[in-house]
Amino acid sequence: MLAIQVLLIVVVLVVGAVLVRSTASARHQAVRRLLLAALVALAVASILVPTAVTSAANAVGVGRGADLLLYGLVIAFLGFVVSSYRRARHLEESLTALARRLALDEAPTPEQARHREGDGPAGD
Amino acid sequence: MTTSAPSPAPSPSPPAGPGFDDTWVVVPLFCEASVIAGVVRGLRERFRYVVCVDDGSTDGSGAQAEAAGAVVVRHAVNLGQGAALQTGIAYALRDPRTRSVVTFDADGQHRVEDAVAMVARLEAEDLDVVFGSRFLDRRTELDRLKRLVLRAAVVYTNRTTGLRLTDAHNGLRVFSRRGAQTLRIRHNRMAHASEIVHQVGRSDLRWAEQPVHVLYTAYSRSKGQSVLNSINILVETLLG
Repeated sequence: MLAIQVLLIVVVLVVGAVLVRSTASARHQAVRRLLLAALVALAVASILVPTAVTSAANAVGVGRGADLLLYGLVIAFLGFVVSSYRRARHLEESLTALARRLALDEAPTPEQARHREGDGPAGD
Repeated sequence: MTTSAPSPAPSPSPPAGPGFDDTWVVVPLFCEASVIAGVVRGLRERFRYVVCVDDGSTDGSGAQAEAAGAVVVRHAVNLGQGAALQTGIAYALRDPRTRSVVTFDADGQHRVEDAVAMVARLEAEDLDVVFGSRFLDRRTELDRLKRLVLRAAVVYTNRTTGLRLTDAHNGLRVFSRRGAQTLRIRHNRMAHASEIVHQVGRSDLRWAEQPVHVLYTAYSRSKGQSVLNSINILVETLLG
């Protein structure tokens, strides 16, 4: 196995693990942004000087510059999927808490329900 | 207070009156307008207090349930059955006189007698949780694929929780007050069934399983979960 293959696999796994475990959001957001910035820089460079990306790829044992870019994209995409899943999960939890609180506050209380049934102290 | 008033023996006549006035029956409700009134009326023959958690129904299910005598708690948006259960349990726990909480499906697949017997058993044996099980006897008829998937779910749940259940995904359960307080359902959609078993397994709650009969009518069959949905349950469970 090529060194670059090992490296890429490790990076994929580490990024995945880090993003899955991330709860302290500020630091991981910074990491995500750095990764994104690196990807953007790489993309721009590949457009400006296609041969440079190819030689960079060759230097680490990947055939074409486009392939290197693709690997970067795959890693970024995986990170995006995981982090947006987690974000959606957090959002859903807040929404649930909010909707539950609203639902309980608007419903007749159990005491009112008992009163309606003529059960228990007729407290108003 | 009158746990002994309605005899657990099946006596369909109402003279016993609405019994169990320290039990709340929680019915998660989402678009079941054609059957919910009947389900609530059936429950109210034996249980005085029924709370339907209307999970954003668009077909007037909530009004039907209310007209049939249930307290209706309304989610402003659809959140899922797990969220509805947790809301209903939270409601029941707001009542200081609540001694037990029953969870009961809205589609009419459970029998009220089973719920009554389970509450009686909870009291008699001083348990915290009684799970209904379709598989303790052979009364419930299931097609082969559904039986297989449900069995697989049981094996998975038993492995990960350490409990020995025969049916992990039955909507009919009874909790003592302490049992209900222990629950924190976080899975809004269908993975909550395994989650409940999980939390009971981690706690020191005393639990038992009770054979129940699930009525697979054409209606509940058409509303029931497709077998494919078990993939969603698995993914939700694994990803937390």
